[in-house]
Amino acid sequence: MEKIDSNLLESIADLHEIPAGAYNIRKNGEGFSRRSTANIEIVTKTDKPGIDIIVAPFTKNESVHIPVIITETGVDDLVYNDFYIGEGAEVLIVAGCGIHNSGDEKSQHDGIHTFHIGKNAKIKYVEKHYGEGDGKGERVLNPVTVVEQEEGSVCEMEMVQIKGVDSTVRDTKAHLAAGARLIMTERLLTHGNQYARSDMEVYLDGEDASSQIISRSVAKDNSKQIFHPNAIGNAKCRAHVTCDSIIMDDATVSSIPAITANSADAQIVHEAAIGRINNDQLIKLMTFGMNEEEAEEVIIQGFLK
Amino acid sequence: MLKLENVSFKVDVDGEVLEIVDNVSIEVPDGAFTVITGPNGGGKSTLARLIMGIEKPTSGRILYNDIDITNMSVTERAKLGIGYAFQQPPRFKGLTVRRLLSLAAGSELPVDECCGYLTSVGLCSKDYLNREMDNSLSGGEAKRIEIATLMARKLGLAIFDEPEAGIDLWSFSMLVESFKAMSKGSHQSVIVISHQERIMQLADEMVVIAGGKIRETGPKDKIFPKLMGEFNENCGFRGKEE
Ligand SMILES: Nc1ncnc2c1ncn2[C@@H]1O[C@H](COP(=O)(O)OP(=O)(O)OP(=O)(O)O)[C@@H](O)[C@H]1O
Ligand SMILES: [Mg+2]
Repeated sequence: MEKIDSNLLESIADLHEIPAGAYNIRKNGEGFSRRSTANIEIVTKTDKPGIDIIVAPFTKNESVHIPVIITETGVDDLVYNDFYIGEGAEVLIVAGCGIHNSGDEKSQHDGIHTFHIGKNAKIKYVEKHYGEGDGKGERVLNPVTVVEQEEGSVCEMEMVQIKGVDSTVRDTKAHLAAGARLIMTERLLTHGNQYARSDMEVYLDGEDASSQIISRSVAKDNSKQIFHPNAIGNAKCRAHVTCDSIIMDDATVSSIPAITANSADAQIVHEAAIGRINNDQLIKLMTFGMNEEEAEEVIIQGFLK
Repeated sequence: MLKLENVSFKVDVDGEVLEIVDNVSIEVPDGAFTVITGPNGGGKSTLARLIMGIEKPTSGRILYNDIDITNMSVTERAKLGIGYAFQQPPRFKGLTVRRLLSLAAGSELPVDECCGYLTSVGLCSKDYLNREMDNSLSGGEAKRIEIATLMARKLGLAIFDEPEAGIDLWSFSMLVESFKAMSKGSHQSVIVISHQERIMQLADEMVVIAGGKIRETGPKDKIFPKLMGEFNENCGFRGKEE
């Protein structure tokens, strides 16, 4: 593997070498390397670009890594990844996209991820987005995530974008059947002139479905962020939406959490806050001997951890 | 040694000048345990903030170990070994107690050392090390962690602002023990702002501040009995029952 490849892979998937278990590495719009295992099968789609990841029922303690890296300028990559998680399976899925754009043309990756999570199955999905390279070319990521949760399934999603992505529009939709649980955490840092927008719709369709959506972000410089999560309760269910942002410099943040109850037994709460770093926090850390910039960094890192 | 020379702090509120701290001169000798007391709004916290550098005096000078620190930043004063436990500790989302103690100490602290500091403020360490210093902590818990961060630092001058506030009786005894230990042996000077008799009794020196001015200052043995006498006189209703 080349140096740029391994740097990107480390940033987005904490990978230092070829991962254990199933994996599929995509590079510059093409499959690069892949391994299926006895319980996790990865097959190339025939009708459109992308892969199907099929996890056998009752698979336990296995992981799938599906990182995407782009190292060329002017790449426009669109990919469909469909996950079929069998009944009672428990897996860790690590996705993520790293773009190294040192040219002057835009490089873009749009990943359309669909999760079919079987009865009582449990997944943890981690996705990191990262951009680097000193060219003028934009680094653009527009992920679409669709989650279909069957009865009693648990889906924990962690989506992180900390650095270097110029523009991102994230679109997430989830449907939860009875007893299903969805925990979605989104962490975002934008700087420079970056733009990030995240729209989420979570439909709690079944009895006792529950969902927790947590969005934490830091907007620096001239960057812009828009959050628009919507939790829709169609049955006796519980949902909690929190958007919490730190705003700095000349940034703009807009949080538009929405909640909709179509059942009198739906319990849905949202909280949203946007604010500067509290001055007392800065001073407290300065009394430990840090300067203002160091104190700011500690506060931001803790907040996004 | 800390020396305040004619320190004043004036603020302009709607065109009216308020003397929050008014021409205060005090000396805090090395290794001494000094208690500052006085009525609410008297200017105690403001004085502490002036010493730490969070506020700058409008006139006067502050000297620490013969260095003029009047114009030094909070960071520079911290590096000289001055520390201040806030009356109202700020909360931090995402920072664990262990991380906060490590940040205070200036390096990653081993678990047992963190536990030691937490125990000395009456907290069962196991339950708290990985808790976040956020709004989920109670007032008394946050207050005690704040005190522990000062214990984790190597300081020449430690200022505690009403460390007893909001703390239960059992933890209070623990705290008094810790302050006793601190005032013995080490060369560090400790200033405690307090309204508590039991803390005043530990003092070597006392300062009474009201209306931004020093009312009394001197050794505890002289000031403390006077203060208690004054208190009894002023409370004419004491012992008088309907
Ligand atoms: N920046 C400021 N602007 C206006 N008023 C101020 C400012 N700082 C302090 N004050 C006022 O100065 C007075 C002294 O405040 P300070 O917090 O020092 O009192 P304190 O002695 O610590 O009281 P307590 O025992 O209640 O903690 C108060 O009346 C307070 O409202
Ligand atoms: Mg005070």
